[in-house]
Amino acid sequence: MSETILIQLFVFLLAGYVGLQTISRIPPLLHTPLMAATNAISGISLVASLVLAGSGDGLIAAILGAVAVACATANIVGGFLITDRMLAMFRRAPSKDEEEGGASAADV
Amino acid sequence: MNETAIQIAYLLAAFLFIAALRALGRPDTARRGMQVAALGMLVAVAATLLHAGIVSYGWIGAGLAIGALAGYPLGMWVPMTAMPQRIAMSHALGALAATLVGIGTYRHGLGAGELGHGHMLALGFEVLLGALTVTGSLMAFGKLQGLLPGRPVTFPLQNMVTAALFIAAAACLVALVIAPLSVPLFVTMLVLSLAIGVAVVLPIGGADMPVVVSLLNSYAGLAAVATGFALDNNILIVVGALDGTSGFILSVAMSKAMNRPFRNVLFGAFGAQPEGGQAANTEGGEMSPINAEDAALRMAYAERVVVVPGYGLAVAQAQHQARELGDMIEKRGGDVRFAIHPVAGRMPGHMNVLLAEAGVPYDKLVDMEDINERFADTDVALVVGANDVVNPAANSDPQSPIYGMPILKVAEARSVIVLKRGQGAGFSGVENALFYEQKTSMLFGDAKQSLIDLGVQVKAA
Repeated sequence: MSETILIQLFVFLLAGYVGLQTISRIPPLLHTPLMAATNAISGISLVASLVLAGSGDGLIAAILGAVAVACATANIVGGFLITDRMLAMFRRAPSKDEEEGGASAADV
Repeated sequence: MNETAIQIAYLLAAFLFIAALRALGRPDTARRGMQVAALGMLVAVAATLLHAGIVSYGWIGAGLAIGALAGYPLGMWVPMTAMPQRIAMSHALGALAATLVGIGTYRHGLGAGELGHGHMLALGFEVLLGALTVTGSLMAFGKLQGLLPGRPVTFPLQNMVTAALFIAAAACLVALVIAPLSVPLFVTMLVLSLAIGVAVVLPIGGADMPVVVSLLNSYAGLAAVATGFALDNNILIVVGALDGTSGFILSVAMSKAMNRPFRNVLFGAFGAQPEGGQAANTEGGEMSPINAEDAALRMAYAERVVVVPGYGLAVAQAQHQARELGDMIEKRGGDVRFAIHPVAGRMPGHMNVLLAEAGVPYDKLVDMEDINERFADTDVALVVGANDVVNPAANSDPQSPIYGMPILKVAEARSVIVLKRGQGAGFSGVENALFYEQKTSMLFGDAKQSLIDLGVQVKAA
């Protein structure tokens, strides 16, 4: 087993642990935005697609790469836009005091 | 020099992504966090364009342009109700990118005659997981979008066939690691993986989709991890691991909430449920109907009202009417909360998004665990289009197919009003004893129309 693989396994293990810790703190309220967000972030596979598409390794590699670039880009652009759209909808209630004042007047 | 700059850019991106996921833990910081993540993405991509291996930019430009053009409508035009299928499509796209990169890398390795065994293992995983996620996600998309029948499709020996496909694909992978240069093996594995995706999602019904969508999220992440190992790319490993754990956590949460053992979920053998020919202990009970006027009066003078929305609410597109009714009750001084069961929707957290879109403030959206403590203090629980998630049989009847599933303890409220289309059993065919309880009143009719009527009557009360 080469040293690179060993380091990669460390990276994988630690990233997985950080993910577990971070993501288990996200409330169910935000689970749909979370999934949209991880979709957007997983568009990072664009970096691998870019290298394939631009490798000058023949037409087939270029086409495979270009399709991969398109897929990953669609995920990034669409993912960040839709996550932002969703998160913009999550609003807090207007401050409690005003509401209560108004409500008791309307009551009875 | 360039290589170092690229790696530092990736490091920065990894940090920003993790910070973004942390910010996602609170609704008031979440939005800013995602903007930070987008910046990280920009940095990583811009740095990659400097990569020494990139010699031409024509195909890259074309791919970027097409992707951006396709991504914009996927981000801006998709309605919130269509979020589950939108996410499934996104899994498919991400996995397709990973698979294509895997195939490209394999071809390159073949040409150069340099395919190590370890390298092949990573590539094999990448293509296997990627390909099954592509077809699995497309199947999920088709079912959620209504292009394919939403009901489980089952045939004899189905699990055997799926297992055989799995074993065959795994055998191909092993053989490939031993003999990496065998193209027919690679192609066979690719085809088998595509078939596995179809086979796994085929027997799964609409109600089980939250688990499937989460699980595919996890697989897409693992495919990215494998890509990272195959290409010696740490940022892919990090992001893939984050994506994978996120999907894993959500799958576990969903399978718990739906009462499916996670072991079954992992192996995809959770589609076939025992078809319940079971008689609920509802004998001796009658549903007591109520009209909108009386129901509205009860709510208008209630201090605490909890609305329990189910998938039926989303199907009827009635979340706006539910919010308006809540506003009316609050105007009169009542306190209104929305009780959100983890599987009230077709993907994790879906109901929250639908209600947030309708304008319900997020502090009114309460998770199952928190709201269950409040039902005893609740004057009226209004159940709209929910059935299984409020069925007390899950707690009390070991014979019931949903026994053991965590539910919203609506029966603890002082009174319950259920909006329901007709007298029949619900979507799952499971009888619900809650509907026959003394404190429960049934308001029959279309959910949306009933909510409108209730709103009008509460206003007039």
